[in-house]
Parts: sequence; structure tokens; C-alpha cells
Amino acid sequence: MKPAATQAKGAEQPGEYTVSRWSRTATGFTALAALVVVFLAAIPYTLGGPAEQPLITLLTFVAMASLWNLLAGFSGLTSFGQQAYIGLGAYALYLVAAHGVNPIAGIGPAAVIAAVISLPVSLLVLRLSGGYFAVATLVVAAVFEIVATLSPSVGGTTGVSVPGLAGYTPVLREALIYWATLVVAVASVAGVYLLVRRTFGLDARAAGSDPVAAASLGVRVGRSRRLAYLVAAGGAGAVGAVIALQTLYVEPTSVFNVQYSVYMLFMVLVGGMGTIEGPVIGALVLFGLQEALSSYGAWYLVIVGGLAVVCTLVASKGLWGLVSDRFGWSLLPVGYRVRGRIIEGGTQRKA
Amino acid sequence: MTTLLEVTGLEVFYGDFQALFGVSLSVAQGGATALVGANGAGKTTLLRAIAGAQPAARGSISYRDQNLTTAPPYQRIAQGIALVPEGRKLFPSLTVEENIQVGAAAAASKQWPLDRIYETFPMIARRRGQRASTLSGGEQQAVAIARALAAAPTLLLLDEISLGLAPLIVEALYQTLAELRQAGTTLVIVEQDLRRAMDSCDDLVCLLEGRVALAAPVPALTRDQVVAAYFGETATSGETAT
Amino acid sequence: MTWVNAVIQGLLLGGQYALIACGLSLTFGVMRIVNLAHGDLAVCGAYLGLVLSTALGVPVWITLPLLLPAAFAAGVLLQVTLFGRALRHGVLAPVLVTFGLSVMIENLLQEAATSDPRGLNGGALALASFRIGSQITVSWLFMTAFLTACAVLSGLQLLLSRTSWGRQVRATADDLDTARLVGIRVRPLFATVAGIAVATAALAGVFIGTIGTFDPYQGTNVLIFAFEAVVIGGLGSLWGTLVGGMALGVTQVVVGQVNEAYAVLAVHLLFLAVLAVRPNGLFASHQAASQQLGALG
Repeated sequence: MKPAATQAKGAEQPGEYTVSRWSRTATGFTALAALVVVFLAAIPYTLGGPAEQPLITLLTFVAMASLWNLLAGFSGLTSFGQQAYIGLGAYALYLVAAHGVNPIAGIGPAAVIAAVISLPVSLLVLRLSGGYFAVATLVVAAVFEIVATLSPSVGGTTGVSVPGLAGYTPVLREALIYWATLVVAVASVAGVYLLVRRTFGLDARAAGSDPVAAASLGVRVGRSRRLAYLVAAGGAGAVGAVIALQTLYVEPTSVFNVQYSVYMLFMVLVGGMGTIEGPVIGALVLFGLQEALSSYGAWYLVIVGGLAVVCTLVASKGLWGLVSDRFGWSLLPVGYRVRGRIIEGGTQRKA
Repeated sequence: MTTLLEVTGLEVFYGDFQALFGVSLSVAQGGATALVGANGAGKTTLLRAIAGAQPAARGSISYRDQNLTTAPPYQRIAQGIALVPEGRKLFPSLTVEENIQVGAAAAASKQWPLDRIYETFPMIARRRGQRASTLSGGEQQAVAIARALAAAPTLLLLDEISLGLAPLIVEALYQTLAELRQAGTTLVIVEQDLRRAMDSCDDLVCLLEGRVALAAPVPALTRDQVVAAYFGETATSGETAT
Repeated sequence: MTWVNAVIQGLLLGGQYALIACGLSLTFGVMRIVNLAHGDLAVCGAYLGLVLSTALGVPVWITLPLLLPAAFAAGVLLQVTLFGRALRHGVLAPVLVTFGLSVMIENLLQEAATSDPRGLNGGALALASFRIGSQITVSWLFMTAFLTACAVLSGLQLLLSRTSWGRQVRATADDLDTARLVGIRVRPLFATVAGIAVATAALAGVFIGTIGTFDPYQGTNVLIFAFEAVVIGGLGSLWGTLVGGMALGVTQVVVGQVNEAYAVLAVHLLFLAVLAVRPNGLFASHQAASQQLGALG
């Protein structure tokens, strides 16, 4: 954006102000992030199997968290039913694979199927908002799960195993699944970021915080909510497909489990709602917690739920919010910054 | 005359937006003060701050020598301050009588029982069992005042009671206000009709963009001076607005 | 079972759903909070009933004079510590907090009581039934649940319409800001409303636990059914919740006659159908509905 010499209202001095989206920190960070992705992609060649397994879990968390943040953090849609689309994506992957398509290539179609089915669902559930919307999403997930248990063609209550990967050696299979997970994770974070940087992002946040005011300003509230819902559903479908590949078995009570929503809630709240960096941090925290508390049974979830509650009440911007408020960092900026210089008598002072 | 209400250096913010800048005013017991100013000048904010519905960032509010600056609304009502809010704000699903009864939730005393209120406002007595949302504008305004009266206030704050009402109705309402004054209630009235404001009140305060532009007894003011302060022109500019 | 029997049982089942739902409806109507832990609180009521009736060696009904006040107190405590604070953190916070609370409760119950399904000791009442004519058998338990629901709804309705407290509650539900302005003390009011909501939930939980079984993770299903009853009946109407509950109950039992596995699905589909065709429900108070439904295109 070109600098403009303007007299800011109320200011006593003329100044030059530039409006920019980016900063040096952001450039540096993006370069670093690209390096990290390359490093991660090379893992099967470097550290191999033992590193792949935990990373697969972590990357799945990152994808789920970013997508839920798109819904709840940026659009104000608190859905606790994303597991509907995770399960749907898993079953879609099975069906695609059962028809002879290579399962790895089935992730894309699974995501598309999930997004397509989410459209008529959105016509119903988006009539509600807030807490009522949240419960409606639970109902939708319950319906999907019941339909799966009642469908013998996908194994009913017992479930089905995913075919088509027998031709690969275990090492190659694991590497392929790992790369698929990496792609889905990167696509989720990058996709949400790019989406939110555009007008959609402003629209969604305006609509999320005050729909009536936003609508009166011409924001197509309904459309931006629907777009967020569809994208999140498609993304969840991709995650579900990847989970099906990881476990090689699709069974209703596990793929439609509300626990996924509990995780999403935790990661986004603890990491930081409404930022791109937050969910990634939340994923790291959840991963660490899971490793640390895995032997404590249900206490693990008690702590997860409890921390989510505490964060909402005490640190509503999450961990990333604490950091970015303190240091003013924005590694993946979605807003605009005004940087100005006040010109006084020939010398220039940075504002 | 004793000072009933003393507001000093009041500053009120809505988020980052400052609505009142160091507003001070004082109201004497038994008096009637008109509060005038353009839309957005801060009149409603000031009344709400006095009533406790809006927190003050700086400054103080003292009533009968009691510091009420941080007191919540129910405490201020118990001390004797009641507000008739802008837009009436009746409870739509409650009946007329229930609206009035709710107003007595934190009443300062038993001086205004239902019977006395219905005597003062015979027009609404007939409608006591009807839902408040079904009444005409004038009747709703009367109910809003009645609701505030149920709290038995010594200081009654009224925010734009003539808004949207026919002149005859407004006349009747002001008649009632005169009766209340006689009974000893102190009034602060926000009023857009300058003539009425100056006719019915002893003192006038004019706000402009969150600051006090003019504050004086009515007899000492000309209409032109008030208009000048209202629009932010200096008094010597000599321009009269139509 | 004949069809008539099924319909009657469904109608009576509706009473139970209404009993769970009225607390949810009340919390939303007054405080604008959808308590996602509501179903879990009902299940807690069942577990508390289990503990008390086992400890005292009596049918669970005898424990109610202890159980209900305890539930009321729990509601007040939750409001003061959690829900009230959540309200101050924006519109989304209560949804997030109550969901987190739901997770905590379910897993705490799991740790404390394991996932084995439990039943409550209903005494003689649980087994008795009476006949109407030669075809219709009605279980006393179902009938009692239904009558209790009606009694609670009537009691709530009376409280709301005839008492000073009730007036203040309705005023606060209409307009929170003005309610504070006229001197209503909103915090104690919210606390009592929350107390009543949890007490009714616990009572409903006791019936659930006596009529069927319960386990730690049942709360979510209970919540969903309660919510569906509220939406079908119409937001803002207590008696509408009863009608909604009866619609759910009849659907569930009648479809269950044909095929047990489809019963719950049918209920959910009914809810989605009502949402599609009459999103305001059957008896919505216009105000409450427009506040909740964000139909902005």
C-alpha cells in the first residue's frame, strides 16, 4: 500500500502512514515454517518409523484444531458435531477403496463427499446459533452414527476394514500414510489462513461477533457462515479419511466419537481462538498431555475438559494470546497494521 | 437549598469510545433541572451513569452526601434515585400492573403503593391487566413513569418522555410531573423541546459532545444562548438557528 | 403391546422428557445459557440417588428430601462459580464452559463408578401397573413420572406468574439491562433459577434411573432428547415442552414397536423435520424464538 501524507484527526503533526499486512517477523516465520514442512516431509527418510507414529497423531491434531478454529474461532459457530464428518470421511474412504480406487487417492473424494453432504445439513443447523446450534450439531452426529450402525453394507455396528493397501510393504505404507497426514495438516492450516486473510475472514469475524450489525453493513452473514461450515466439513472429511488409513478399520463408535470434539475444543481454547498460530500450539499441548496422562484412564479427559474450562474463564485468548499480547507478535498475520512516521521539522520519527 | 445530587468530573467510556468528559453538575432538593443537547451529546449516558447502569471510569457521584459512584443500581434505588429510561423499556411480556410492581423491587420506601400510582395515572388504571406491549405510546410512557415511581424515589430522572407522543399527551404527562414536584420529588428531565424544558424547569444544563456547554438557572438564560450552546457556537456569534 | 398401549406409553414418556427439558428451557429463557451439561447433571442425580438409597437402604423416593436440596445447592454453586463468570466472557463462553463441564462430569463419573449400567431401587412402585379395559396396561412408574412432570410444570408456571420472584424472573428474561436498572438483583435471581434447573434435572434423573438403566456417558443423549423436546415444543413455552416431549415419546415407542433399532433415529429425524418446516416449534413465544434463531440468510 502506498504511503499517504495525511493529517490524522486529532493528531497535532502531519505524518506518513503505511498500511501493511506483513512484517519482517512474519516473513521470517513463513520461511521457517516452510523449512519445517520440508523437514517433516523428509522424516520417513531420516528418522523413519518410530518418529512417524507420534507425528501422525500430532499432525492429525493440528488439522482438526485448525478446522475447528475456522468454525468457532473465526465464525462464531461452536460445533460439537464435527465428528459427523470425520466419520463420514472415514466411511467414504472405505467405500472409495472398496470400489478399487487406491485408498491414498481416496482422501480427496472423501473430503468432497463430506463437504457435499454438509450442504443440506447446513440448511438445517445454520438456522440456529450459539448453544442451540451446538446441540443441533450433536444431533446430526448422532444421526450419522445411527445410520452407520444400521447399514449392513458398511458393516453395521462391527464396522469394516479398509482394503487396498495390502500391495504396499509396511514401511512404504506407513510412509505414504504419514505423508498423506502431513499434506492434510498443511492444507488445513494454510487453507484456513488463506481463506481468513481474504474478505471472507473479515466477514466471518464480523458475523461471528455481531450478526445483526454485520448484516446491516452488507456482510452476507448466511453465506460466510455456510462457507465456513462447508470448508470445515470437507476438512473434517479429509481428517476422517486419514484416520481410516491410520487405523485401517472403520467402526461407528470410534469414528463418530464426540471425543474428537472435546479435543478440538481443548486445542483451540488453550492454544488461542481466532488466530492461526493458536491451534497449532494447542495441538502440541494436547499431544504432550496425551503422552503424559495416557495411563490415567478417564482422568485424562477430566483434566482436558477442566483446562478448557479454565482457559475460557481465565485466559480467553489462550496461550498464543498471552504471548502475542505481550510481545506483539503475529507470525501469520490475518489483519492489518498501521505503521506511521511522524515528521517533525525535517527529522523523521518512527511512530 | 440543600444539594441533593452532586456529580463531579464524570468520565464514561463505551469500550475505547469516550462519551463523557469530566461532566459536573449539581441538583438542588425540590428543583427541576432540564438536560438538553443534540443526539449523541451524552444525555442518556449521563442519566444512566447517575442511575448506576453505566460504570464511571473517573469522577464521583454523591447523593445526599453519600458516595454512590460504585454502587449498583439497586442500592441507588434504595437511596432514592430512579430512572425512566429512554424508549420506555417496558417489559413486554408483563402486564401493566406487573411492570409497576417490578419497579418496587428495591423501593426506597412504601410511599408510593399501587393505589396512589393509579390515582396519579388514571389512564393506565383501566389497563392494569393488559400486557404492556399492547398499550399506546402515551400509555406506555405513563407506565414507565409509574414503574419508576413505584420505587418511591426522591430524585426522578426522565429520559426523553415526549418522544413520539402527541402534544396533548405530553401536556398531560408534564402536568403529572408538576404534581410530583409539588409532592416533593426532585426532577432531572432530558427534553428535546426547548420551550417545554425552559417552561417547566428551574435550571438548565446543556451538553455538547460529552461536555457541559452551559449550566445556569433558567431565568438567567435566553433561548438564543441555549441554542448557541446546543449547536456549539460561541454565544457572541450572534447566529440564531431556526 | 397394542398400538393404543404404545401411544399411551409414549405420551407418558413425554412427561419424563418434559421434566428434563424444563430446566434447560428455564436456564435458556432467563439467562440465555444452553447448559450442555444439563443431561449429565440429570445423570448425577441418578448416581446420587443410588448412593443415598444404597446407604440408607430405602427406595430412592425416600431420599428425595435430601437429594433435591443438594441438587439445588449444586445448581447455585455452579452458577456462582462457573456460569455467571462465563456470561461475562462473551456469548460463546457459556457454550464452551458447559461443554467442558459435561466432559469433566462424565469422566469423573466414569472414574468413580465405572461404566457398568446401573439401576435405581424404585421399591414397589417400580413394579406395579394397572389396567384399563382388557387391552391397556399402564405402569405406575410411568404414570407417576408423567404426573410429577405435570406437577412440576404447574408449580413452575405458578411461581412465574403469581410470585414477586416470578415477576422478576420474567422481567429479567425480557430485558436484562432494564431489569438491573429497575433494581432487580440479577445475580441472586440467576442463582435460584440455576438451582431450580439442576433440581428438576436431578429429579428427572431419578426417574430415568428407576425406569431404565444409567451410565456415566448417558448425559449427552439425555441432553439431546431434552433439547429436541424444547425445540419441537417451541422456545419460551413451558407447556410447549410437554407437547414436544410427548411428540418425542410417541414417536420413540411407536417406531420401537416396529423396529427397536430405528426408534431413536426416528426421534432425531422428527426433530430435524420440525427444524426444517417449523423452526419456531409449535408454541414458540415469538420473542424468545427470534432471539435464538439466527435466520439471516
